[in-house]
Amino acid sequence: MTPLLYAGAGIALFSLGLWGFLVQAALLRKLIAFNIMGSGVFHLLIAIAERGEQPPDPVPHALVLTGIVVAVSATALALAMGRQLGEEQEHE
Amino acid sequence: MSSLALAVTLPLLGALLATLWPGRAQPLGLAASLLTALASAWVIAEVWQAGALRLELGGWSAPLGIALVADGFSAAFLGLSALVALGSGLYASTYFSTREMQARFWPLWLLLWAALNALFLAGDFFNLYVTLELLGLTAAALGALGATPEALRANLRYLLIGLLGSLTYLLGVTLIYIAHGTLDLALVGAAITAGPVDATALALMTLGLALKAALFPLHGWLAPAHANAPAPVSAALSALVVKAAFYLIARLWLDVFAPLITPWAASLMGLLGAGAVLWGSWRALRAEQLKVLAAYSTVAQIGALCLFLPLLQGLPAGAAREQLVAALVLMALTHGLAKSGLFLAAGLVQRAAGHDRIAELGGTAQRLPATTFTLGLAGAALIGLPPSGAFIGKWLLIEAALERGQWWWVVVLALGTLLSAAYVFRVLSRAFNQDPTPGRFVSEARTELPALLLALLATAGLGLASAPLWRLLGVAPS
Repeated sequence: MTPLLYAGAGIALFSLGLWGFLVQAALLRKLIAFNIMGSGVFHLLIAIAERGEQPPDPVPHALVLTGIVVAVSATALALAMGRQLGEEQEHE
Repeated sequence: MSSLALAVTLPLLGALLATLWPGRAQPLGLAASLLTALASAWVIAEVWQAGALRLELGGWSAPLGIALVADGFSAAFLGLSALVALGSGLYASTYFSTREMQARFWPLWLLLWAALNALFLAGDFFNLYVTLELLGLTAAALGALGATPEALRANLRYLLIGLLGSLTYLLGVTLIYIAHGTLDLALVGAAITAGPVDATALALMTLGLALKAALFPLHGWLAPAHANAPAPVSAALSALVVKAAFYLIARLWLDVFAPLITPWAASLMGLLGAGAVLWGSWRALRAEQLKVLAAYSTVAQIGALCLFLPLLQGLPAGAAREQLVAALVLMALTHGLAKSGLFLAAGLVQRAAGHDRIAELGGTAQRLPATTFTLGLAGAALIGLPPSGAFIGKWLLIEAALERGQWWWVVVLALGTLLSAAYVFRVLSRAFNQDPTPGRFVSEARTELPALLLALLATAGLGLASAPLWRLLGVAPS
């Protein structure tokens, strides 16, 4: 039951993030929504790591760690590009 | 040291060195490019002789370890990347004249190449996710190198859409892991069952990849992002990055998930492809700028490649299927080479004339004869005139469509071909006027020759010498 609860929460987070990503226009809001979507997927991965086995499956943990690194770099790049765009627009 | 590992580590090492010594970025970048191309050639030579290769990284075997694999299909795309990246890199070494731009360009360029090679050689779903993300990040950063507000805005949008695509793909990967407990492509392929989990996983992954491949109707981001990037970057984005996402779609649909594909699903992909061919070609015809034309023509090309999916669905393994897959690869390679040549030439026109408005191209043929010749050659390959590789590809596609009684794809292809002829000749007709013809064919060898060679390879090289490609893919020539 518990894994199902976590997995369901993961799917809910993903959908919520997706909705925000599509609806919000501001870059910062879009990025927060993107990170919520990512958290949803990570949630799902953590939930399936514990499938009644002891010890829990380590592979999904490794995937989540890699995923976090990727999400952080992507957020950083998008923020950097957004800031430069803001500066360019100020010059105009 | 295995050739597979070298094809990924050499560009990565080059990117690292170019970051550490920004003053020497250009010589380091060119040297790393040459070495990477040699490593790719080595992989191709090994596949040519021994067939499929597999390398278990660190000695850990699947399901826990990560493998690099190469077969004829991936080797062909590895070769395309090497040719386009080498040609565009050489062009970029003159195109970016300041040290500062060179120091920004080369690390990203080599990272992009590393991501491409790793994607073509990846043997498991999660590695593919990482390479897709690396590709999306470097591609958006490269596209924004010009730092104009338009380029920044277009590439920020490209980055965000790419991220949306990768997360959707990752959700599909998670479902695969839930269902099969492994991420290895070969192991999952053997365990595929026609259930709802696998079908949902495939749908999610395809949706994510379709966003990245700019498959109609998800193509809105492509034209501004590709048209506003610097010319050598546009060449790589259009010829390689979009093709890499399509490569993965083809790998999933034709190989890993093949037993799962229903006629309806394949027809839907064909229908989207048909929409892309017609809409992309139409927008290319209506485009006012040469680079926008080239970008919309990419949308149409991806569509044309999708037309193969309904024809390959349910086709049993054997000579007919292998022939058609080879035709698909041949068409993708021809389009990649032709499109990179076209974008490089468009960049030269833009630099010489100060703009790339098609209506005001008059006299380009007189000022830049080699570049106009490149435009013509690339155009011939895009239309699919003989002897280009696209001609053979289209011929085999039409043959298969008629044999399988799906004649409507032939109509789409014919309309697409007519439209592409119209947009190519619209450019060429403007390029000529009555100015006196100059004595020099080539005005700047280091930028004009790579573009010309890529277009020439697309038109003459691949068409006349397609037999080696057939052999690489392990198909008997017809």
